[in-house]
Amino acid sequence: MRRVYLDHGATTPVHPEVIEAMVACMRDHFGNPSSVHSFGREAKKLLEDARSNVAKLIGARPEEIIFTSGGTEADNLAIFGVARAMRKKGNHIITSAIEHHAVLDACLALKKEGFEITVLPVDEYGMVKIEDLKAALRPETTLVTIMHANNEVGTIQPIQEITRIVKEHGAIMHTDAVQTAGKIPVDVNDLGVDLLSASSHKIYGPKGVGCLYIRKGTKLFPLTHGGGQERKRRPGTENLPGIVGFGKAAEIMTRDLPEETSRMTKLRNRLIEGLTAIPEVKLNGHSTDRLPINVNVSIRYIEGESLLLMLDMKGIAGSSGSACTSGSLDPSHVLLAMGIPHEIAHGSLRLTLGRDNSEADIDYVLQVVPEIIERLRAMSPLYDRKEAQTCTPIK
Amino acid sequence: MYTDKVMDHFMNPRNVGEIEKPSGVGEVGNPTCGDIMRIYIDVEDDIIKDVKFKTFGCGAAIATSSICTELVIGKSIDEALKLTNEAVAEALDGLPPQKMHCSNLAADALHKAIADYKAKREDSKE
Ligand SMILES: Cc1ncc(COP(=O)(O)O)c(C=O)c1O
Ligand code: FES
Repeated sequence: MRRVYLDHGATTPVHPEVIEAMVACMRDHFGNPSSVHSFGREAKKLLEDARSNVAKLIGARPEEIIFTSGGTEADNLAIFGVARAMRKKGNHIITSAIEHHAVLDACLALKKEGFEITVLPVDEYGMVKIEDLKAALRPETTLVTIMHANNEVGTIQPIQEITRIVKEHGAIMHTDAVQTAGKIPVDVNDLGVDLLSASSHKIYGPKGVGCLYIRKGTKLFPLTHGGGQERKRRPGTENLPGIVGFGKAAEIMTRDLPEETSRMTKLRNRLIEGLTAIPEVKLNGHSTDRLPINVNVSIRYIEGESLLLMLDMKGIAGSSGSACTSGSLDPSHVLLAMGIPHEIAHGSLRLTLGRDNSEADIDYVLQVVPEIIERLRAMSPLYDRKEAQTCTPIK
Repeated sequence: MYTDKVMDHFMNPRNVGEIEKPSGVGEVGNPTCGDIMRIYIDVEDDIIKDVKFKTFGCGAAIATSSICTELVIGKSIDEALKLTNEAVAEALDGLPPQKMHCSNLAADALHKAIADYKAKREDSKE
């Protein structure tokens, strides 16, 4: 059976060159980068080469990159680190309703520590409104954290403009760029941000490694305490194989970015066109300010988990914001924040493209999906009610 | 995550559809996640002759709907009323813990359809 992986927003396959670099690191350079001897020095060189490659990916200086255990830790380090370091100045933090839980839940945890949190709403396309941000800024606002692109619907925020306003106000700006660094051009100086999170496993590197960019001069308390590694901001012996893999992935992404971005955009647009041609299938998110890899549609009258199971039987891997697929049994907070009703969020399907996808994959998906939708709609009590023109929304 | 039996009933659901002139209809919405099931029964001499269903819900909801119809066809309405969601889940060789609530859908809809049948029968007697 044909297998089509369309869940690159969740994670990506590790690039063969990355695997090679990691194996070579483990086999030939096991030393501790902090050691003085040649073993340590060789390891240190790999660490710093990786740092340079990651810095280059986002237009930063190597000394502004702190390696972490992934995007989640980078987000937590940025948010807790700055909030606590700036507490004397103020205790107000601004974020948005569509952030990843790594940001939202970190902010909620700070609320319990006595911080005040403002969660900005978004419009129907998942976009933060500049006026809302301006209205929310207070003298005691120390940190604003708004994601670069959303992981579920792919909407890209105007971070440059947002940052300009935040900086004028004198607050610190963080952006979660886990979904953009390596996928669209990201430059910390163009964006102007003080802090930026990135993750390796979304760009064909290994899982469990990421980084936080910290602009020189930004005050931040560490989350953990120990040795002097990573400028004391993230102590502990470095995950060298992981970091080397991340560095290699960053190098490959920097090299291939222009070509891959235009190829992904073409595949994405074909997929969106094909899916939204099916009756009562609607695109979620913004039509142009959108990640090149992201397709997210709502399919009326059907539920996402049953759709994913049927796609899986046909070898197609996707994801959904349906309540039935979440452990909490709540539909996606992102779709709800965009004002999408519960029952439509229920039928959402996210397909995220990657380097391994071809035109033929899109053909296959566009052949299989309509059949499955028809099958599930034939089973749905909402669908026939619609035919009878008495469709009532679910509460 | 799902047993083979759940996947079988999900991929090949039995008795999907509607009954033209049903003896009773029951519909329930799942308060936990917002799913919906509707069940139609055809009853003759208090024996369930036929059952059809339509479900908007997850794999577990569709599979429990399907097996529920199989479990009650040919049963008397009193026997059918004894069907519990645990029995439905058991007939599928179990459900994951977070999916147990889905099995309520089928049993509840069935009980509602039987209540509807009984109410209609009372009405016609009057
Ligand atoms: C926007 C965003 N932020 C943070 C994360 C978490 O990153 P990681 O899995 O590396 O901890 C993810 C990945 O799921 C993400 O998509
Ligand atoms: S019906 Fe929603 S989780 Fe099963």
